[in-house]
Amino acid sequence: MDIDKKITDDLVANDVSFVTTVPCKQLAGVIEMIDARDEIFHIPSNKEDEGMGLCAGAWMGGKRPAIIMQNTAIGVTINTLATLIQYYRMPLPMLISYRGELREPIACQVEMAVHTKALLAQLNIPTYHFHHQSDVEELDAILKYTFMCNKPVAILTDANFWGGYGDQ
Amino acid sequence: MIRSEILKEIAPILRDQLVVCNIGIPSQELHAIDDQPSNFYMLGTMGLASSIGLGLALSQPKPVIVIDGDGSILTNLGTLPTIANNVADNYILLIVDNGSYGSTGDQPTYAGQKTSLSKMAEAAGCERVIECAAEDTGRVLQEALDANQMTIIVSKCESGNAKMPPITMDPVVIRDRFMKAVQA
Repeated sequence: MDIDKKITDDLVANDVSFVTTVPCKQLAGVIEMIDARDEIFHIPSNKEDEGMGLCAGAWMGGKRPAIIMQNTAIGVTINTLATLIQYYRMPLPMLISYRGELREPIACQVEMAVHTKALLAQLNIPTYHFHHQSDVEELDAILKYTFMCNKPVAILTDANFWGGYGDQ
Repeated sequence: MIRSEILKEIAPILRDQLVVCNIGIPSQELHAIDDQPSNFYMLGTMGLASSIGLGLALSQPKPVIVIDGDGSILTNLGTLPTIANNVADNYILLIVDNGSYGSTGDQPTYAGQKTSLSKMAEAAGCERVIECAAEDTGRVLQEALDANQMTIIVSKCESGNAKMPPITMDPVVIRDRFMKAVQA
């Protein structure tokens, strides 16, 4: 299965037309594909909280947004999630490269990985963990759920899901 | 002139436009001077007014005016290259540059010292950057609307705040009436 294509197709099928990204090697393929799709306006951001601001504005302007980022950014964006996205009740699918999980080669990534789910749980953010390739089948339903409930929703995608970090 | 005097002067221009207003006292002042459904007040999340406004401008055709501050731009400096590289000609960023963090007790910012935000905006690649005196803000803002070109305005004014009450409106109400104004 071409995961990058499946993710991009699901975004387009759910009318997600404004995507901001902060890169990760695991996400390089999907970012490239999103950039190439005419149905999606791709706007790279310099920091994830900036990206969430862009998404908030796009949603108020009538577009369905999404953010693509690393799990390390949960540490950057807690205030933005609480006081902008959740406080004003806005939908935000967050496709997250879950670094620091099984098959991770860089030890420091584990330091944020061990906090990732706890922080998301503390924020009451619905969280899905894609570990096997077949888990991507749920993405369509997760996107529909996100825009039904107007909440930020986290989709953690680990190295095993992507076929091993750097092994792709 | 201080920020609230600028806001009073430009209120007739802002009234018919979509406005995204910076956290804290700027939003309290605008809310007290001329509350409009077309104003989006930030109640939290310092630094993101320029980003919210850019996302909005890129997603629909109406003009968007962001009222930001020097302190908030410094908090989110990455915003300037993103603005410069994603041109939206319906986007006006008005940076009320009073050289201080007004909402937290007027501590000095670096923008009031050696740092020039207009030069930083230019270096980021923004093509229409206008630095003006506080007294000229209304004229420069109207010209930016008439130019129909993405514009960054740095309005140099004095530090100081008007005493205004906090905004007690529910954030979802602020957001809902703002979205209706966007769609109107």
